[in-house]
Amino acid sequence: MKPMGTVATLLRIFPYAKKALPRVILGTIAALGAHLFALTIPQFLRNLVNGLQDHGTVEKLVPAVLAVLALGICEAGFVLLRRWLVLTPGTHVEAGLRRTLYAKLQELPVSFHDKWPSGQLLSRATGDLSLIRRWLSFGLVLFVANAITIAVGLAILFTYNWLLGLIFFVSSIPIWVRGFKFEKNYHSIARLSQDQAGDLATSVEESVHGIRVLKALGRGDFASAKFARDAAELRGTEVKKANLIADIWIYLILVPEFAVGASMLVGVWLVSQGQMTVGALVAFFATTTVLRWPTESVGFLLSMTLDAKTAITRFFEVLDAPIEIDDPENPKTISEPKGRLEFKNVSFKYPDAPAEAAPLLDGVNLTLEPGESVALIGITGSGKTTLTALSTRLYEVTGGAIELDGIDIRDLSREELRRHMAMAFEDATLFSASVRDNVLLGRPEATEAELAQALEIAQAQFVYDLPEGLDTKIGEEGLSLSGGQRQRLALARAVAAKPSVLILDDPLSALDVDTEAMVEDALRTVLTATTALIVAHRPSTVQLADRVALLENGRITAVGKHSDLLATNAHYRHVIASLDEEKEAIR
Amino acid sequence: MSMQGVQDEEKIDLTKVEAKRLRARSMRLLLSLVRPVRRRLILSFSTVILSQAFRVVGPALIAYGIDQALPLAVKGDYIALWYTVGAYLLAATATAGLTYFFISYAAKINQDVILDLRQRVFVHTQKLSLEFHEKYTSGRVIARQTSDLDSIKELLDTGGNEMIAGLLYMIFTGVALVLLDASSFAVMLVSLVPLYFLTRWFQKQTRINYRKTRVASARLIVHFVETMTGIRAVKAFRKDTRNNAEYAGLVEDYRAVNAKVIQLFGIYDPGLILIGNLTVAGVLMIDGLRVIDGALGFGVLTAAILYAKRFFDPMEGMAMFYNAFQSSASALEKISGVLEEEPSVPEPVNPVPFKEHSGHIEFDDVEFHYSNGKTILPNFNLDIPGGQTVALVGTTGAGKSTLAKLISRFYDPTVGSVRIDGVDLREVANEDLRRAVVMVTQEAYLFSGTVADNIALGRPGASQSEIEDAARAVGVHEFIESLPDGYNTDVNKRGGRVSAGQRQLISFARAFIADPAVLILDEATASLDIPSERAVQNALRTLLAGRTAIIIAHRLSTVSIADRVLVMEHGQIIEDDTPAALIAGTGKFAKMHKAWRESLA
Repeated sequence: MKPMGTVATLLRIFPYAKKALPRVILGTIAALGAHLFALTIPQFLRNLVNGLQDHGTVEKLVPAVLAVLALGICEAGFVLLRRWLVLTPGTHVEAGLRRTLYAKLQELPVSFHDKWPSGQLLSRATGDLSLIRRWLSFGLVLFVANAITIAVGLAILFTYNWLLGLIFFVSSIPIWVRGFKFEKNYHSIARLSQDQAGDLATSVEESVHGIRVLKALGRGDFASAKFARDAAELRGTEVKKANLIADIWIYLILVPEFAVGASMLVGVWLVSQGQMTVGALVAFFATTTVLRWPTESVGFLLSMTLDAKTAITRFFEVLDAPIEIDDPENPKTISEPKGRLEFKNVSFKYPDAPAEAAPLLDGVNLTLEPGESVALIGITGSGKTTLTALSTRLYEVTGGAIELDGIDIRDLSREELRRHMAMAFEDATLFSASVRDNVLLGRPEATEAELAQALEIAQAQFVYDLPEGLDTKIGEEGLSLSGGQRQRLALARAVAAKPSVLILDDPLSALDVDTEAMVEDALRTVLTATTALIVAHRPSTVQLADRVALLENGRITAVGKHSDLLATNAHYRHVIASLDEEKEAIR
Repeated sequence: MSMQGVQDEEKIDLTKVEAKRLRARSMRLLLSLVRPVRRRLILSFSTVILSQAFRVVGPALIAYGIDQALPLAVKGDYIALWYTVGAYLLAATATAGLTYFFISYAAKINQDVILDLRQRVFVHTQKLSLEFHEKYTSGRVIARQTSDLDSIKELLDTGGNEMIAGLLYMIFTGVALVLLDASSFAVMLVSLVPLYFLTRWFQKQTRINYRKTRVASARLIVHFVETMTGIRAVKAFRKDTRNNAEYAGLVEDYRAVNAKVIQLFGIYDPGLILIGNLTVAGVLMIDGLRVIDGALGFGVLTAAILYAKRFFDPMEGMAMFYNAFQSSASALEKISGVLEEEPSVPEPVNPVPFKEHSGHIEFDDVEFHYSNGKTILPNFNLDIPGGQTVALVGTTGAGKSTLAKLISRFYDPTVGSVRIDGVDLREVANEDLRRAVVMVTQEAYLFSGTVADNIALGRPGASQSEIEDAARAVGVHEFIESLPDGYNTDVNKRGGRVSAGQRQLISFARAFIADPAVLILDEATASLDIPSERAVQNALRTLLAGRTAIIIAHRLSTVSIADRVLVMEHGQIIEDDTPAALIAGTGKFAKMHKAWRESLA
């Protein structure tokens, strides 16, 4: 994609700000109004000074002062108006963007999340969006209003005296030239700094999520050193950024001041020659004072605009990402789910795998009849977990098809597909919510009895002993529970969803032998009625299944009963049963 | 005591005592951050003083130009005018130069302070014990280190420039006006009264609301991080729609408090402009009368008006600074809370030398309760001679993992002591302990970086061949070689493309390369398939020679390599013997072993 121009990029955000736009425009007008009132004040000063010069009286003074007073109040009123108009809608735009980004991120396929560190996503959802809000309700409004004010102010300066006006006009040119150059330099460094901040957020996140590993290996210092390097890099970028800003400040201060100096020289000369009144000169200086802030603000408004541009670019990097795994236009439905799952010549290759690499799955054929449970066996890395992920469309097959009750799963809505199929993952992700909410995640409408049943099947009755029983909030990722406890809750969650197809990815790996036996007994009652695909590493887990399928070199090379395969298939024995030597050793 | 550390962190309405405590804590942190840079701060401060002084000279020179140089110019004498203009340009150049220096110099100081704070928080959270991390969600730790730090950064970015410059500018403008015309200054002095009250009001209103913003923003981050790290489960259980609603609620909470804060500023800022304009009108009225009386020249009138107008110029910037200050004050409150948390397993002040070890482990009358009072180990005694391989067996909750965590000092015993080679672990420097004791857990976390980096985490500085040897030992070498870039393959976020089993093998390689005297394996083979487990076990046989090892496993196959089996129940050892002796007996282990054998058939 070729980089977009600043204006084109900024414009992309407007569809998301449609509702706020009328008020932003009104706000800009209010801002302009406030500035114009401020610019009017010197006019009255001129008349006042000129009036006072030839035998001034109190009668001349009072109306002028009152006029200045009224204008001053109006200016403040318009500033109030501007802020009132723009600020609340701005926060709505920010909130809307945040919701949009979040919803999009949830829509994006797992393969997207594999690629993007969540720190980078987080920095987009927080800092970047508030930057966009500030730019929209503050930067943009003032940029437009200030630019017009400067133009009007210059025109007014011309009315006092064309020569003085010309001095100011000419002097503004270097500021603009410098401004454009600044834009070019600043932009790349702003992007760098935001990306580095995202990387830093990723470091922070990993250091927190991987805290156990860091502690177990005593690598806290090592992580800190890496973090320190990243942070120092960001520091360097920020300092460079500040230098650029400092650079433009020179121009913003120096140029107007030189113009004032030159104006003083010319102005006093003009007055001495009688070509200009003292009042006009006083008003001239008062006007330049009013213009001072709008001129100086050009610097930070420009940098703010560029920061916003970068933030918008980063926002759209996520928004433009293809969803890839989408709902069909006219989704089919399964009215009476039976639970027949069929893999038809399924092949799959991860999108980021090298082009020359062989597909991970290459022509998988497997049928699970309704109510049947099949154990999937294969060595580590053979693609078992990938195959389970394909069947709920966490990834999309690259060839062949998966059918549920005779319907290609791509013809079902994802919502419906995932209602029919529930998964228990190997790493049991729990959310910060009550035990109840976690277990009923797949079917919130389940009854208490069903909940109790699911907990019993998974042998997760320990939850009743938690401080608040089923209402105990379990920590983020369920960290305060043991691995075995988490796994049982994840299993209960899959069971409670009452799907027609259950997918269990090595669901009992963290359980001790006794518990495992109890869970297996209870699971059998469920599995008689439910189709199940069970990834297994252990003979004990294999016992749960009616049949076993062996995954080897991307294909199913053997299907049959455990005992038969054990007797006939050497690779099968290698994968699952070659514990003979251990048996010997322990005997 | 209330408000200690991160306790009551989400409390909004504080009592006076509590608020004072938080302020004092934040202030201490701020001062400690400023101390190392104080010399440079003074230099930067001096440049501000000078630059603002030069800046203030301007209107006075204009006044001089109109009142003195103009009459002379009318008479044809332009020398005074030239001098005035020259002085004006000189002052302007000085202002610009000093401002340039100040901005870039102050940025360096600010960035150093931020860097310092970032590192302090990072290092401190790394030091905090697991107990802290288990109750303080990771999302909140992340919020402290991202959004809270950003708000402090914003304070420094705007603050350094605006606040000091603004304040000085106001003071100097005041001084200049006193020198130029004291009675004009008197008018301006009056304006300070409403200014004071307006600011007081603003400050009071915002403080509470900023506290709310920090809390709301942390909740937003916690939810966000959890969703993104658990995206598979989110999708599989169709939590996305519900999540959208939940997140929308949090977004709206944050928006509402944020809007409130912004609105307050929306009143404060026009209030400042109003006071400024009223002052200008006041000065104009009084000085106008004096001009009529002939007591004042037009030049001074102009200067007085310019000063009165400019006097309030920096107020907006200062208000913005104040805004950032309030926001970061709440952030500082939260961060200082985290920094106040003491590691519950503190480093010893005078560590006992601990270099050579045989790995002899002793538990001496150890009791252990969790902070909620639940007893895990009641009066526990155990002696593991150096070099022994011990298997720990028992049901979930029997206390096996606690035992492992006590040896690796993730926790300290509530009563009694745990010793290695006769030294209480509480007296061993963390670095020495970690070199001696390494634990591999079921949760195999991979950090972003290459596979080689992840293995080398066990021993930074390990050579490529050492890394490969470790990988070969656990049988993961071929797999790594098959990756697109071999050992240099980037394992993206949370080891996305590496299966759970492979992840566990890599973390095994990590432990192998660490080469500790005591190795603890807590369910470390749970996700391995049988061929991998066999490879690991073969590797363990050689690796464990001459080392003490504690193996916790449900898979009794692992037990075969142990010299000794401990069967635990309710925090106590109920059987303790060689595997062969236990299998031959009639105890719990014999039963378990029988059941396991049957499951293999």
